[in-house]
Amino acid sequence: MSITTKQTLIAFAVGLACTSGFAAQAEGSTATSASAESPHHYGFGTNVGPEELKQFVSPLPDGRGLPKGSGTVMQGEKLYTQQCLACHGANLEGGIGDRLIGGRGTLAAKSGPPVKTVESYWPYSTTLFDYVKRAMPFTSPNSLSNDEVYALTAYILYKANIVPQDANMNQDTLAKVKMPNRDGFKPADR
Amino acid sequence: MLGAMAAIGTAGVSGMASAATPGARERNVPPDATKVQGVGVATDDGGYGLRSQFETEVRTRYPTKTTESSWSFTPLQDSIGMITPSGLHYERHHGGIATIDPSKHMLYVHGMVKQAKKFSMADLKRFPALSRMMFLECSGNGLTEWAKPTLKTVQGTHGLTSTSEWVGVPLSTILNEAGLKPGAKWLLAEGGDAAVMTRSIPIEKAMKDCLLAYGQNGEAIRPEQGYPLRLFVPGYEGNMSIKWLRRIEVSDMPFMTREETSKYTDLMPDGTALQFSFLMEAKSVITYPSGEMLLQKPGFYEISGLAWSGRGAVKRVEVSVDGGKSWRDATLHGPVLPICHTRFTLPWEWDGKEAILQSRCTDETGYVQPTIKALVDERGLSSVYHLNGIQSWKVAASGEVSNVHHY
Repeated sequence: MSITTKQTLIAFAVGLACTSGFAAQAEGSTATSASAESPHHYGFGTNVGPEELKQFVSPLPDGRGLPKGSGTVMQGEKLYTQQCLACHGANLEGGIGDRLIGGRGTLAAKSGPPVKTVESYWPYSTTLFDYVKRAMPFTSPNSLSNDEVYALTAYILYKANIVPQDANMNQDTLAKVKMPNRDGFKPADR
Repeated sequence: MLGAMAAIGTAGVSGMASAATPGARERNVPPDATKVQGVGVATDDGGYGLRSQFETEVRTRYPTKTTESSWSFTPLQDSIGMITPSGLHYERHHGGIATIDPSKHMLYVHGMVKQAKKFSMADLKRFPALSRMMFLECSGNGLTEWAKPTLKTVQGTHGLTSTSEWVGVPLSTILNEAGLKPGAKWLLAEGGDAAVMTRSIPIEKAMKDCLLAYGQNGEAIRPEQGYPLRLFVPGYEGNMSIKWLRRIEVSDMPFMTREETSKYTDLMPDGTALQFSFLMEAKSVITYPSGEMLLQKPGFYEISGLAWSGRGAVKRVEVSVDGGKSWRDATLHGPVLPICHTRFTLPWEWDGKEAILQSRCTDETGYVQPTIKALVDERGLSSVYHLNGIQSWKVAASGEVSNVHHY
């Protein structure tokens, strides 16, 4: 059976007290996490500055990390037709790609099969920007500018009856959009 | 599509006799191998060994709409022991298998750290390494089986789990190297594939036992497993073990990415959803006999299967041959390791009458694998993920084995 050979407490500056989770897997094993003994610095790797990190975009749900840019519903509609319609359908009803709108009120079991869409299920608007930016269009991922992604976000949120037709999505307005299912999630206890 | 689904688990079994199976080379079979010289050393395998041409098990793909966002199942019905061959490790990709030159690959670590850094693969391999045998399981393993028995074989019902030896650098080593700032609570792990797959990981878990893995079963991890670098999050749902890992951003809150909001969340009957249901709870399945097999005649059979738990080591596996009326303790075949597939067996004398075979796992925390009905009663039929209920195989009087629900 397994034994735990190193349970050295490490007091981090952040106030976390972590133990080594790498309990040795077999009696007599000497392999343990070197890092568990002390937060030793090896000096490997290269320091990087903010300029090099600008290539990465990953906004937080409160809007921090959203890049500068803006787009309107009308701009988004045109882009949607060119970039998204083939997979997500003329009415955002889905096809090869996911259905994007509709489905409000279908999540509870008593309403029949759930229809999980951006409109009915996604809790944060920032996620829409983030996902389209990093992974869409499927056949040409990460090819859209920030302005284009804001425009598509505006269009999808408009078609989902979440923002008005004259909405302009940008680094300040997007995170303020409250999604219909914002309060529909709770942390699992497992 | 229905036709393709029906074929799951049988593909590869009926392979053409004339063509070598994947991973093998078709060689002439002499009538008597003692009367002719065999194949010369390193003459026809290019220096990388092949399996026997008579071994036909392969991964099978679930018929999703695209091949790039799809998954393939490990052929558990043919599994031997506890290790999964690297070429048969299950797959789940969201944007295909990335092809990456390791000499150009970098891991960035930034955000709430004292010093943002990047590491080449050569840098990472200089740090003290750690190796662990651990299972990985997709939280969608068994998603077709909630309401009724659907896929025919154990490959389809349970094949999204595999075990390998994983070797790499503890993530804590790298986070210490960059230095966590006060208030750091979560980190984003980001892949370098077309999906730029992302998940948020709690810092406590990252510091406890996560691994930056570059080795699998004695060699570099396979492209399908994230070559040249993957995160490995022990005991947690497989999609968190981000492949082709290129970036870690430390933060004070989860990033609420698409995969942890709209996808890998568990919808409950009241219409709310459970989020961050990380843990893969204790589970077991009989791999022999299992669906689509045929027992030729009554007599002795060794029931064999796999058990595992994301919480730690498997403590006990019980087997029933009468649909759960009575249970017997199976033998656990060592080494019994935490967060690792454990092989179990039980001798069985089949009397030729209908039988329902089941296995039930208890882990070291005392958690007991539930019935599917208990899970459905608690979570309904729309939660998709985390089905770890007891599997039932019916052995008919004819000897045919099939997937059934039996409570």
